Parts: sequence; C-alpha cells; structure tokens
Amino acid sequence: MTTTSSAQHTRRDFLYVATGAVAAVGAAAAAWPLISQMNPDASTIAAGAPIEVDLTPIAEGQDIKVFWRGKPIYISHRTKKQIDDARAVPVSSLPDPQTDQARVKEGHDQWLVVIGICTHLGCIPIAHEGAYDGFFCPCHGSVYDTSGRIRQGPAPANLPIPPYAFVSDSKIKIG
Amino acid sequence: MSGPSTYQPSHPALQWFEKRLPLIGLIHSSFIAYPTPRNLNYWWTFGGILSFMLGVQIVTGVILAMHYTPHVDHAFNSVEAIVRDVNYGWLLRYLHSNGASMFFIAVYIHMLRGLYYGSYKAPREVLWILGVIIYLLMMATGFMGYVLPWGQMSFWGATVITNLFSAIPYVGESIVTLLWGGYAVGNPTLNRFFSLHYLLPFVIAGVVVLHVWALHVVGQNNPAGVEPKTEKDMVPFTPYATIKDGFGIVCFMIFYAWFVFYIPNYLGDPDNYIQANPGVTPAHIVPEWYYLPFYAILRSIPSKLGGVIAMFSAIIVLAFLPWLDSAKTRSSKYRPLAKQFFWIFVAVCVLLGWLGGKPAEGVYIIAGRVLTFCYFAYFLIVLPILSRIETPRAVPNSIADDVLAKYGKKAGPMAPVILALVLAGGLVMGGAQNARAAEGGPTPPSLSWSFAGPFGTFDRGALQRGYKVYKEVCATCHSMNLVHFRNLADPGGPGFSAAQALAVASDIKVQDGPNDAGDMFERPGRLADKFPAPFPNENAARAANGGAYPPDLSLMAKARNYDRGFPQFIFDFFWQFQEKGPNYIDALLQGYTDPPKDFQLPQGAYYNKYFPGHAIKMPKPISDDQVTYDDGTPQKVENYAKDVATFLMWTAEPHLEARKKLGLQVMIFLIIFAFLMYFTKKKVWANAH
Ligand code: FES
Repeated sequence: MTTTSSAQHTRRDFLYVATGAVAAVGAAAAAWPLISQMNPDASTIAAGAPIEVDLTPIAEGQDIKVFWRGKPIYISHRTKKQIDDARAVPVSSLPDPQTDQARVKEGHDQWLVVIGICTHLGCIPIAHEGAYDGFFCPCHGSVYDTSGRIRQGPAPANLPIPPYAFVSDSKIKIG
Repeated sequence: MSGPSTYQPSHPALQWFEKRLPLIGLIHSSFIAYPTPRNLNYWWTFGGILSFMLGVQIVTGVILAMHYTPHVDHAFNSVEAIVRDVNYGWLLRYLHSNGASMFFIAVYIHMLRGLYYGSYKAPREVLWILGVIIYLLMMATGFMGYVLPWGQMSFWGATVITNLFSAIPYVGESIVTLLWGGYAVGNPTLNRFFSLHYLLPFVIAGVVVLHVWALHVVGQNNPAGVEPKTEKDMVPFTPYATIKDGFGIVCFMIFYAWFVFYIPNYLGDPDNYIQANPGVTPAHIVPEWYYLPFYAILRSIPSKLGGVIAMFSAIIVLAFLPWLDSAKTRSSKYRPLAKQFFWIFVAVCVLLGWLGGKPAEGVYIIAGRVLTFCYFAYFLIVLPILSRIETPRAVPNSIADDVLAKYGKKAGPMAPVILALVLAGGLVMGGAQNARAAEGGPTPPSLSWSFAGPFGTFDRGALQRGYKVYKEVCATCHSMNLVHFRNLADPGGPGFSAAQALAVASDIKVQDGPNDAGDMFERPGRLADKFPAPFPNENAARAANGGAYPPDLSLMAKARNYDRGFPQFIFDFFWQFQEKGPNYIDALLQGYTDPPKDFQLPQGAYYNKYFPGHAIKMPKPISDDQVTYDDGTPQKVENYAKDVATFLMWTAEPHLEARKKLGLQVMIFLIIFAFLMYFTKKKVWANAH
C-alpha cells in the first residue's frame, strides 16, 4: 500500500518536473531571438568591411582622421623629432608600458595609426596638443604622447591600434 | 481583486512589503486563490490565449519598432531590411503580422463563446461592454499596424478607411483632413499611425485590466450558466485553471507556428509587397480578413453615409446585447431555439466575411443585403422575441451537478475542437484570397518546386542557373534594389563563396562619391553594394522600354499571385502551399502566344495568356539557347523560366530555408510540450472530478 502510493508520487513528480523543465527550455529558447536581434544586422556588418587609405597626401608633421566601423582613426605622419621623443622615454616609467616600436609597423616608423577614442570614457582626444605634442583629451585631461601612449591623466591605457596592414608603401588597409 | 486579500506572506520581508503595497496579495487572490467554476470547457481558455497573444504582440512590436523607420521614403525598405538583415528579423516580423490574425481568431471565438453561453447577462454587463471597447481598440490598432509597411494595400486601405469619415455631414471633409494631416494620405499620416499603433496596445492592456477586474468582482460565467452556490462548485485558479489555460495556449501555439513557419504570407495580401504608389490603385481593395464581415456590411448599403452608419452599428449593437436579450436562462445549451439561431448567426458572419472578399457586383450585392439584414435581425428581432416566447429546458441545480452529469458521458476530446477551429478559420481567411476573382484568364499550372513543403530547400543548381538568366536577360531592364552582392554568399542562397560574390561585385561599376575633391566617381562594386539598376533614373528606364517602367524584381515572387478558387485555398492551408508567385512567373515567361482572332491587341503590347488582361508591354524576354548552361541542363525556355522563378523566390524570401528549419524544431518542441502539458493537466484535474 505504502509502496504503491510513493511510486505514484514519484511518477507524478517526474511529470511535473519534466513539464516545468521543458517550459523553462522553451522560454529560454524563445528569448534568444528577442535578444539576438539587438546585435549588428547584416548590413551593418557588411558596412564594417576593411577600408583602404592612401597616405600620399599626408605631409610630414600632419595627420588625418578617417572613420572605420563608426570609429575615428588617426593616421599621423610623424617627424623625426616626434619619433625620437617617443623612443627616448624609459618604457618602465609609463603607466601602460609599451615600446614605440611595438606600436608601429616595422619599416614604416613614421606612420602612427591609432583609434582616436580616449581609453578613459570614450571622448575623442585632439591631435598635436598637450605637454607631449601627442594627443590631449579635453574631457578629463588625459595626455598622450607622440606614440599615442598615456602619460598623464585618468585614462588607464594607451590609445588602441586598429588592425591594419601596408598594402604598398603609400597605402594601408584598415580592418 | 474583490475586497482585501486574506493572503499572509510567510517571510518577514514580504510581510513588511505587503503592509505597504499589497501587490503580492493582489496577485495571489487574482491568479492563485481565485475560485473558478469547475465545469469550464476549453472555450474558456481563449481568455488566457488572448492575454498571451497581447503579450506576444507587445513584445514583438516593441522590438520591430527598434528597426522600423516611419517615413514614407523608408518605411517599406526598413521593413524589408528587418526581414533580410536583422538577426531573426524575419521571425519577429512574421510573429507580429500573423500574431494579429491569431489575436483576432482568438477574440472572435472568445466573443462567440460569450454570446453562446450568455456571458453578457446580469451581473456581467459592464464586463461585456469593456470587452466591446477592447474589440474596437483592437480594430483600430490592427488597421493602423497594417498601414505601417507602406505597401500598396497599406496605402490604399488607409485612404479608403479614413475616407469613411467623409460621410459625416457638414464636417466630414474637415475631419478627414485632420486625420491625414495633409491633403492626402502621406508622411504625417504614417507618422501619427505609427505613434498611435505603438500607444493603443498599452491602452488595450489597461482596459484588459479593467475587464479582468470586472470579471473577478462578478465571477466567471460557466457552460451551465448558473451561479456558483457552494464550495464544491469551485476550484482554485492555480493550479486548475492555470494548467488548463497553459495547455490551451500550447495547442494554440502549434496552430500559430503553422502559419509563422510554413505559410507566413497566407493571410496577407500580395499587393502589400509592392511599395505604396499614390498614382495607381490596386484592382481590388480588400481589408485584412478580420474586417471582412464589416466591410461587406459597409458595401451592401447603397448610400455612403448609410453604409458607414451600418458598419459602425454592427459593432455598437454588441454593447446593447445585455438588454436586447432578456431571457432568464443564460446558456444556449438549455435554449433549443436560441442555440439554432446562434449557429445561423455564426454562418451569417462567415458568409458576410466571404462576401467581403468578393467584388461588389451582381448577385454578391443582393446576398450582401440579405445577410446584412440577417445580421441585424439576430440582435434586434430574434433575440428580443426569443427571450419572450422560448421555453428553455431545465438548467442544472448547481455547477457540481453539471460536472457530475457530464462526467458520466465522457467529455469530448480536444481534436474536434481544433478541427472545427481550423476549418472555420480557413473558410473565413480563404475569403480574402478570392478578392481578385474578376481578373480572369487561365490559372498558371502548379509546378513542383524543391522548396515546397515543410522540408523544402532551394535547389542550388537552379539558383545559380537562375542567377545567370537574371544577369544576362532580366538585369538589362529590371533592377533588384533589395538584394546585395553579399547575399549571393549568404547561407540558404545560391551558395557562392565570398570570393565568387566579390568577383561578381567587382565586375560591376558603381557610382560613388562625392570624394574629397567633391567629384562623383566610378568604382568597382563591393560586397555591401546592391544590385544596381540598369538605368540612371526612372525616366531613362521608361524611355528605353516604350514608356513602361520595368518593376523591381526583388519581391516579384511575393508580390504576384493568381486566384486559386474554392476549395483550393483550404487545401493550401494544409498543404502549406505558397508557390503562387513562382508558378505565376514561370507561366508568364512561357505564356506568350499569338492573340486569338477576336482579341484587340493594343499598339506596342504583346499577347500573354497568363497576364491579367492578356496585353503585356514586355516583349517575350527569352528564347531557347539564349543563355549558356554549363551543367548540361537543356537550354530551353521552360528551364530558363523555372530557374529564374526559383532565383526570384530566393530574392523575395532569402531566409526561406532558415524559416522551415527552425519551424521543424519549434513544431517538435511544441508537440512534446503539448503532450506533457496534457498529462500534467490530467493529473492535476484528477482530484477535482
Ligand atoms: S574621456 Fe578622455 S579623459 Fe575622460
């Protein structure tokens, strides 16, 4: 008598648990498309394809700003002095230690390509400003050097380098 | 919701909160402890189904609004971008557009149930009137939502429906201008419709709260139509009603998923896949199926003002039902005459719906008048008289007695209910498909397509050959504005590699600019570019084609159809037939013949037996051996036509394969879930019988 009723109990509990579990799986699966739709759509992704930039019009000591995936990218044609300044700093004294060589492509030392978004809270730093003749962020006063490395202020990291490659001596492909 | 709750939470923190805002108590007394009659049948689950559908529509609608642009220049393309580019956008759109139909199916069943079982009678008059208000709000919301995709039916539907108000004497014209915000339906109209379409569902939700509140004050009616007397008559809402409604909802979801995944455009009008054109009216303006009975009433009155009054009265009369029917017995189960008249009334409504989809001519007009009379006679003559002359059968003493009586003779299973539902639904909806009846001409032969049916996928070879035919033949005149080169490499498409798609793109020169110097320039196409139009602008296209504007081909397979006739469209529902467009394209390409002797062919036109009116401006575009096939497929017009129709079907619906694949998974899941729910429900109810 006791055994029968407890066996029924288990069977009924199993049914309840199974139904509940399937309902939970269904709810989770249904939520997936509702969340996934927020990700970039196919046209946005296609528009984020690599871009090519011609470097010939950029004179020494000048820089241009291009946009890739909605982000501003600074391309600076650095002077000899700017490069030397960047390389003269002892790396260990930097908040985010990185050599200048690691931030440019070998053989193309004069070209600095950085994503122009302050690593503090996302403002756009101004080129050729600040104590190091690099970048100065007006929002909360972060100062970057001619290699785009953080030197002063609240920003925790150097300006990031986007993925890019030299297609020829005067042309790069970003992305 | 009636009176203070007796609920006492056990946890001290919850008790603290409950003293300050008795929310949990409210939920507990409304949806857990709330007593429901023991004898409710499955017609009562449509209340729960409606709440579920309202939730689905609000959630999918809020999401669609994140991607939609309410501007006349962008609305149509933004809807297509949702379907083509947004992750699961096709699913969300089809859930929402078919959800509207499901909502109306459920509300009609809910209303007819109320009518049959006398749910409007004292003390539930206010509950009933709130329901009529919800129904009116739903109609307004559904109509405005239909306008948003800015297709041909959207535009002309909006024009026709807003013009109804011009029938009002003296101020009509001013009111219509006020509704439009312009001199015709235009951007201001679209903008305000979007705003209101977003707002009204929340108003509906608010009135639903009142509706449920009223329900919980007076208590639910039940099939026996007697008020509960003792504890024995009732069961607590949870778990009894919860599990039963849950099972009903899952069954309804299977029906809903059938539409969404297998025949998503069955209920829609193909003309709405043509962008709104204020210069051309479609051959027949038909509203969505759920308005058809009222549309038929509107058209059957020969005066403009009279028609409008009749149409609105057909809905308003529902609000007076509690006073028109003064019979003491509630449920038609115990009213032999009322029961018969109820079913006649249902038939009248279905027939009116069918007439609403027919052109207003000849015998249809007479039938429309007779049925309109019958519709009003039911409310204004039959019910008042019946309540005086009918002798009802004895009603059971109590709900418990009703349950005992029924329990002896084994309750009917769910299957006939669903079958009746499907058939009735199919008949009404099929009405809309018939609207083009007057176009005439032979029906294109139905071909067998690899993408037909629940497991259908595209034939890659046909897609690739079709692309070739498109490129070498169609693309010399037609554009394909919604398709991008990258789409050629999308999963479910012709199966190009990214490199092949790029090669196709870079073969084509694309106008770009202005560059830094301010000049326009030409560059090779990129993956992100669209298939360009062969002409710089519309006038050039017209000039090169003898004045006829070659339509864009992106949506051709969805924008074309032909009459399937009765009973074909009912089979179409079960067969999941959705190949009207490709069949039509294939037939059209092969339909060029010499005109019959007595046919007057206009200057510059060609005879085509499948084209409506038979005079088409496009010369026969393709002949044997015109395009070279490398895979050994015969180079015949027959093959060309079939391949290019396949290709156009893919451009019209690039996610067809994904839809069917996900559909299969969802169906399997729902069926398993329905079984589990059924057995759980049986277990739960076992102790209540
Ligand atoms: S964002 Fe640049 S310093 Fe704060």
